[in-house]
Amino acid sequence: MTTLTEKIRPRHDSGATEPKPLKLPKVHTRKTTGDWVILFVAIIIGLFIAIPFVMIVINSFKSPADYNSSGPLALPSNLYFDGIINFWTRVNFPEKLWNSVVISSVVAVAAVLLSMFNAYAIGIGRIRGRTWIVVLILLANMVPQEALLYPLYFMFKQVGLYDNIWAVIIIFTVIQSAFGTYLLSSVYGTFPKEMLEAASLDGASRWQILWRVVFPISRSTLAVLLIFFFIWTWNEFLIPLTFLVSNANQTVPVAISVLQGDRLMDVTTTSASALLGLLPTLIFFLIFQRTLTRGITAGAVK
Amino acid sequence: MVTTAPLATETTESHPPRPGRPAGKRVRRAPVQSLIPGASGKGFWLYLVPGLLLLTIIVLVPLGWNFFLTFTKYRGIKPPVWIGLDNWTKLFGDDVFWTSFGNSVAMIVAMVVVPTLLGLVLAAMLFDLVGKKFGGKVASFLRATYYLPQILPTVIAAIVIGWILRPENGALNQVLGAIGLGGLEHNWLGSPDTAMACIMVIMIWVQLGYPIVIFMAALQRVDPELYEAAELDGANWFQRFRAITVGIIRPEIFVVTLTCTIAALKVFGPIYALTRGGPGTSTMVPSYYSYSEFFQNQQVGYGATIATALTVVVAVVAIIFITFQTRLERQDEER
Repeated sequence: MTTLTEKIRPRHDSGATEPKPLKLPKVHTRKTTGDWVILFVAIIIGLFIAIPFVMIVINSFKSPADYNSSGPLALPSNLYFDGIINFWTRVNFPEKLWNSVVISSVVAVAAVLLSMFNAYAIGIGRIRGRTWIVVLILLANMVPQEALLYPLYFMFKQVGLYDNIWAVIIIFTVIQSAFGTYLLSSVYGTFPKEMLEAASLDGASRWQILWRVVFPISRSTLAVLLIFFFIWTWNEFLIPLTFLVSNANQTVPVAISVLQGDRLMDVTTTSASALLGLLPTLIFFLIFQRTLTRGITAGAVK
Repeated sequence: MVTTAPLATETTESHPPRPGRPAGKRVRRAPVQSLIPGASGKGFWLYLVPGLLLLTIIVLVPLGWNFFLTFTKYRGIKPPVWIGLDNWTKLFGDDVFWTSFGNSVAMIVAMVVVPTLLGLVLAAMLFDLVGKKFGGKVASFLRATYYLPQILPTVIAAIVIGWILRPENGALNQVLGAIGLGGLEHNWLGSPDTAMACIMVIMIWVQLGYPIVIFMAALQRVDPELYEAAELDGANWFQRFRAITVGIIRPEIFVVTLTCTIAALKVFGPIYALTRGGPGTSTMVPSYYSYSEFFQNQQVGYGATIATALTVVVAVVAIIFITFQTRLERQDEER
């Protein structure tokens, strides 16, 4: 089977392996005034989008008195770290961070696997009634989440998984894989037939074709899904809030919102919570953003 | 089912016919055929078992349960009481419900129409002009900036937006005062006339990065030679954009439009965190309305009715979309 993948891979290696930021020619042609205007507009839009993030950073290092006298826009008169320290210890931040990391990572991996299995049957297996199966699976994405709360509460209570991170992991694996199935099915629908035929002639079984042909070639699409699922699950709020009631099980966004209701919260601790709550996904995104550029359908080379 | 017929492609002929199969018989457009020759569609059902099983437990059963509740009066404690179609009649005469759907239209404008159109132009601009003239690094950096709001948890976004829009000491009012437009100072989220507009601007801010990232990734499939040829033919940037770019990244446009439409119809988090549907019902959306019936008024039966109606609307929209997309794909295949 190694010979099989070796035979097939090289043709499609272009663009799928080298992690360049953007596949563009390096030639810097002459720039007209119009080009500079467009760049300027693009930067201005970027600035507007970034303002709230700048505000989070500024206010996280301000003392409450400083904030009250100069408002949210001024730079801090001197650096103040108590807000961050205060938030860190008050919510036991490492614990919440760990919960969020575990939930988001397990969901991301499990949902990608589930999407791949579903899409293999739908896109490549072309099973009968596949359009309707995609619609059925997409229901997980279409149902408003608050409609799931009562029934799932009773069900998870029955099996003893209420207030357990596994309940949230199972729920989001299903919800996220709906999007993944939809996307991957259409990508696999355009999968190069010759490669599947070649593998099949070599005597590969369905399972082997999935792992040695389909999986490696769609790896970049799967990576994009993994990143989306991780970030989306990290930011989920309503279901973790309802299903993780004890303090030790809370995720980062839930811990922040619970603190919001606290009378003792000052502005600085609030902004520190915003900063610390934002940093993990930001770092995650910056590490993996190159993967995103390779594209959601990059795997299905035409 | 035609599960054992040979695959209907041009490439079939280049391979020796497999033993035991009718050779050379070409079936045009065989939708139930797997892409792997000789692998019957039936065997692929195994791969759907885990997905469909989990889907049934987590989504389909609760959905059925909700549907049952729409015919009952249920306050969460005593068992549900059957009241027939009362909830549904109430729903169709409920002004708040219709207002909430009207607001969904505003949400579709803010979360689908504007971000997709603007995203298309910005993605093409970054990829095509900024990337080519100023280097891929500049384009990557700008793209990352545009994507930032997407990675911001809603609860945190709500905190920052509070700083900006709050009536006293809010950044927007401060700025307006400082540049001499103090007369425009306003309780932005607290007044019925501006609350919805503010939510729309916020949602555009949140959503914009998603189409940009997806479209820019898709643009890498565009063959630069096509562009050069079009340029030589005298096509200007916009003509090239319309004829080549939009055509090639059409699959992604579908994905973005459908997923954003679903998200817009069931938007909940930002409303919950920012306005709770208020002031009055000026920012009420179906999802938040059903939540408030479920958990604040404890009218579980009625909450389930709103949620079910919303699910039906979303499902109908999705089905129309996917049918249309499948038909387009088939046309392409036949061409």
